Amino acid sequence: MPLDQAFVGRRYPPTAPYEIGREKIREFAEAIGDDNPVYFDPEAAQALGYPDVIAPPTFPIIITMRAAAQIVADPDLGLDYSKVVHGEQSFRYSRPVQAGDVLQVHVSVEGIRSAAGNDLLTTRAEVTTVDGEHVVTALSTIVARGTAGE
Amino acid sequence: MSVTLSDVQVGTELPAQRFDIQRVSMVRYAGASGDFNTIHWSESVAKRVGLPNVIAHGMLTMAVAMRVVTDWLGDPGAVIDYGVRFTRPVVVPEDIGATLEVAGKIRSVDAENGTAVVDLIASVNGETVLAKARVTVRLANA
Repeated sequence: MPLDQAFVGRRYPPTAPYEIGREKIREFAEAIGDDNPVYFDPEAAQALGYPDVIAPPTFPIIITMRAAAQIVADPDLGLDYSKVVHGEQSFRYSRPVQAGDVLQVHVSVEGIRSAAGNDLLTTRAEVTTVDGEHVVTALSTIVARGTAGE
Repeated sequence: MSVTLSDVQVGTELPAQRFDIQRVSMVRYAGASGDFNTIHWSESVAKRVGLPNVIAHGMLTMAVAMRVVTDWLGDPGAVIDYGVRFTRPVVVPEDIGATLEVAGKIRSVDAENGTAVVDLIASVNGETVLAKARVTVRLANA
């Protein structure tokens, strides 16, 4: 069944504050095989003008995906998660995520459409510090394969 | 190493790279990212949902492809926008894994705002796995 268009524009409560630690950044950088010292060494990051180590550009997905689960798992939306694949992803940065940040994610439903028998759901995740400074906006489109015609 | 606006023009190529993706890469990525979707680690589940084998996280491919830009730039914090479309799953057989080949080319330069846009081309076995893979970077004036 096509997803309910009434969900477009719906906003969800902000996530609990997430504190970015140096070791989580290190773990993520190692997992993607990236040895750029700016992810590991505070002095290397400071040499580029950052207060502490920064995170790789796709690191925010850790918190935005978790936040978007509020939408994806909403039973009223009726998304069949077993048929979902990732369709598109984008990030627009005001600045990189850095160790010491305490971040919150505000998610909303950006768009819902059907194409070629698939349901497409686009979510918007605004990542800010707990003080309200914008850090990054992530848009994510997931595709539920073959569900629109059921 | 620091890339400046004077180093780039439309068509300038970034150094291409090849990246090895193995099952252990996905296990590590699952743990680090918190994405434990079964199709990234269970061959039987992947096959049951119609995939040829376990597939890599799209976000792992996206992260690895970005290396062509950040290794060239030096400062990953100079990335101001990054977007991709996932066009084809990266299938990762247990024995041989997969090799992701990534090339980058300057699509446009905005000297006034000090930015440039890079087009990334990412493929596995000659087949494109990302489309509209585009990175906007901030570059200093020389």
